[in-house]
Amino acid sequence: MDKVTGEALYTDDLTLPGMIFGATLRSPHPHARIKRVRWKSASAPDGAICITSGDIPGPNGVQLLDDSWPVLADKIVHHIGEPVALTAAATREAAQRALQAIEIEYEPLPPALSWEEAEQLEPLYTLSLNHGDIQQAFTQADSIFEEEYRTGHQEQLYIECQGMIAWFDDDGMLKIIGSMQCPYYVQKALMHTLQIPEDKISVKPAAVGGAFGGKEDFPSLLAIHAALLARHSGHPVKMVYDRHEDLMVTPKRHPSRIRHRTGVSKEGRLLAMEIKIDLDGGAFQTLSPVVLSRAVLHATGPYRCPNVQIFGRVLRTHTVPNAAFRGFGAPQVHFAVERMIDHVARALKMNPFDIRKINVVHPEDRLATGQVLDESTSAHLVLEEVEKITKFRRRWRSMERARARRQGDEPMRGIGLSLSFHGAGFTGLGEHRMRSPATVRLTADGRMEVLTAQTEMGQGCSTILPQIAAAAAGLRLEDVIAHEPDTAVVPDSGPTVASRTTMIVGGTVERAARELRDRVIHWAQEHLGTGPDLEIRDSEVRGPKGSVSPFRDIGRACYEQGGPREVTLHHEPPAWQEFDESTYRGVAYATYGWAAHVIEVDIDPDTLEPRPLKATGVAEVGRVIHPTMCKGQFEGGTLQAIGYALTEEMKMKQGKYLNDRLTTYIIPTMKDSPKMEVTFLDRPWQGGAFGAKGIGELPMNGAAPAVIQAIENATGIIPVALPSTPERLYRWMMEGRTTGED
Amino acid sequence: MKIDFVLNGRKVSAEGDPMDRLLDLLREKFKLTGTKEGCGEGECGACTVLLDGEPVLSCLVPIFQCQGREVMTVEGVAADPEAQAFLERFVQEGGVQCGACTPGIIVTGWKLSQNKARLRRGEIKNALAGNLCRCTGYEAIVRALERESPS
Repeated sequence: MDKVTGEALYTDDLTLPGMIFGATLRSPHPHARIKRVRWKSASAPDGAICITSGDIPGPNGVQLLDDSWPVLADKIVHHIGEPVALTAAATREAAQRALQAIEIEYEPLPPALSWEEAEQLEPLYTLSLNHGDIQQAFTQADSIFEEEYRTGHQEQLYIECQGMIAWFDDDGMLKIIGSMQCPYYVQKALMHTLQIPEDKISVKPAAVGGAFGGKEDFPSLLAIHAALLARHSGHPVKMVYDRHEDLMVTPKRHPSRIRHRTGVSKEGRLLAMEIKIDLDGGAFQTLSPVVLSRAVLHATGPYRCPNVQIFGRVLRTHTVPNAAFRGFGAPQVHFAVERMIDHVARALKMNPFDIRKINVVHPEDRLATGQVLDESTSAHLVLEEVEKITKFRRRWRSMERARARRQGDEPMRGIGLSLSFHGAGFTGLGEHRMRSPATVRLTADGRMEVLTAQTEMGQGCSTILPQIAAAAAGLRLEDVIAHEPDTAVVPDSGPTVASRTTMIVGGTVERAARELRDRVIHWAQEHLGTGPDLEIRDSEVRGPKGSVSPFRDIGRACYEQGGPREVTLHHEPPAWQEFDESTYRGVAYATYGWAAHVIEVDIDPDTLEPRPLKATGVAEVGRVIHPTMCKGQFEGGTLQAIGYALTEEMKMKQGKYLNDRLTTYIIPTMKDSPKMEVTFLDRPWQGGAFGAKGIGELPMNGAAPAVIQAIENATGIIPVALPSTPERLYRWMMEGRTTGED
Repeated sequence: MKIDFVLNGRKVSAEGDPMDRLLDLLREKFKLTGTKEGCGEGECGACTVLLDGEPVLSCLVPIFQCQGREVMTVEGVAADPEAQAFLERFVQEGGVQCGACTPGIIVTGWKLSQNKARLRRGEIKNALAGNLCRCTGYEAIVRALERESPS
């Protein structure tokens, strides 16, 4: 409610006594040697300070998977916008003016900016996965299809730009408050670079105005910058980017180039899939290896194929590093595989529904990792359900016929279908390694408090985690509160990413809340003489003979009289989740979410501009814990994917983004958004909190390919890249990339 | 220059350069941080406030234009007892996720829904086309406004 009244405080809404402002000097070159740096303090505003890489106390790298991402460029700059020096001064304007007092001499070096140039450099990371024998399978296939698909950068475009405030309190404790989704990542990065021990740093998110992965890694860099300036100046330092700077320098979704070679039987059954994935990683590794891992593991889509070979690379270019964005490598490969399935269907004159129906995975089928799918596999169910709701099969056919008959400037209308899946939680042994803890404790007034590092950024975890605890302990929601994620107080329950919050952390919270409830009851029996067989419902503790007492009274007594106050449990990954990270064999994800999208579009016959009319989504994400929020996640993700499909594109010239403002980077407005209808198949999964699986990323995977198929259905043009802008559609039409029936 | 205007129903005055942004005046001088800056160039709608009852983008309004006029921010809407049911409906329908676009949508939506028995989908979409939201996919916002009716 504090968000609708304007009371919620975001980073830029906060002010501290004595606070000054930071600014960043950035490289104008994609690749250059730094020959000399000079700080002309005489020409800078009064009191302004400047720091460069020489002022960093520890390693000059942001600690993520490794620390190869520089905090400030040292000898070489690797992309336009790379931070080279920092200033701080009394006002934002003065800090900006101070940047002009820094003189840098560069010697430009040749940059790698295209796929071809990037191939000449050592890849940042490679990965491969083999299943069956594709050579053998290709010789047995009735037809073989080959195609290359490309996708571009996508910007998260959270409405609140990146921002961070850093200061040292009187006890010498480094305090950080800012816009972030992973406070413990920020803390670890600060420990590494500033050489400050864990117990001398507290990191806390302010209200977070959207993230979508964009505030997973970058806040660590910004926090280090602000902390370095705070340390150097002795003042609290605020750094908040404006939209232009945010768009210019923060990580985006990896562009991809994906080659598919697919062998099928004459009935359209998949026999062999050879998939080569290239991701453009930009200048530094950041999270790219994990993004590539997701891409490889989702590359076949939710389809059954006995012989698969996947080879993935992250290539290095001299551009802003690319990193996390909702879907994390999966939207790119889903676009490619869905396009390939459509390609096969068209060649074999099959309906897009029919080809999916004969290839979709069922329980007991194997994925390319060898993982045998369990009973929570619902790809076939969401497919059937979406057909039932939309009558896709018949309508696709009739629009195909209408296209052939269309005359003059009659509107073009099309319908598209896609299937998608998303592995919930960290990949492979990720959750095993973290075994992340969550804590539930009693408060002095007898309520229950949930302590996790999960960050509320609009997705609802500050509602859902207490809701899970309340349901587990038999309490009403008002008797359970969530502690804000402050690294000085809450346990490291892991980052708020990978659709893991509700399922993984929620599962631990559920167990911990039960355990605390049981301990409190046990204590009450012993110390209050309540007798055995107590039951808690709706926050009321009921005795076997009908006596009733509010939980708060017992909780308060327990707290005051030194009874059990706190339970911390660790996530227990299922023992059967075994995964070999060297061969990529085994259970990559304990479970998956499944979705089918059907999207209808109109195309302007003069401009070829697509307009989405209606999106229907059917998803299976286990038990739906909070229907409104779950639906909100699905609708929001679907629209982001529609933007990805149609308009969102970063154009680049010589390593510089050209459309670095909201007037030129076009995301969907309310008028561009289709009517949406979302249905969830309620199928509780044994391993999650009350049967829940992850939801956040799933809708991002399937909506774009459905829109694209609808465009093909409407126009006969065959798109092979995202975004499918009118300019590209026109070019493909001119090049003859069409169904050839018009 | 000195400007006098009515802010959320109260007479106020402020000193500043005539070309200062209304957005900064509200946030820095009056500490009304409910109004957010999303882009600073009139594209996202996060900084929308009502000027004499009409939605304007406060990042594009120089303060001299406010002389003698009425400015209403999200804090002003939130203080209006008649707006309470309207605000609650936004929360119930899931029209609020991260909340960064919310203040702009609230003031535009509140203006739109006053004196209207029932809003049509097309009407809502036209009025709010200038308010970008990256979280909800807009559907929940439309639902919250469609349900709006005079109490």
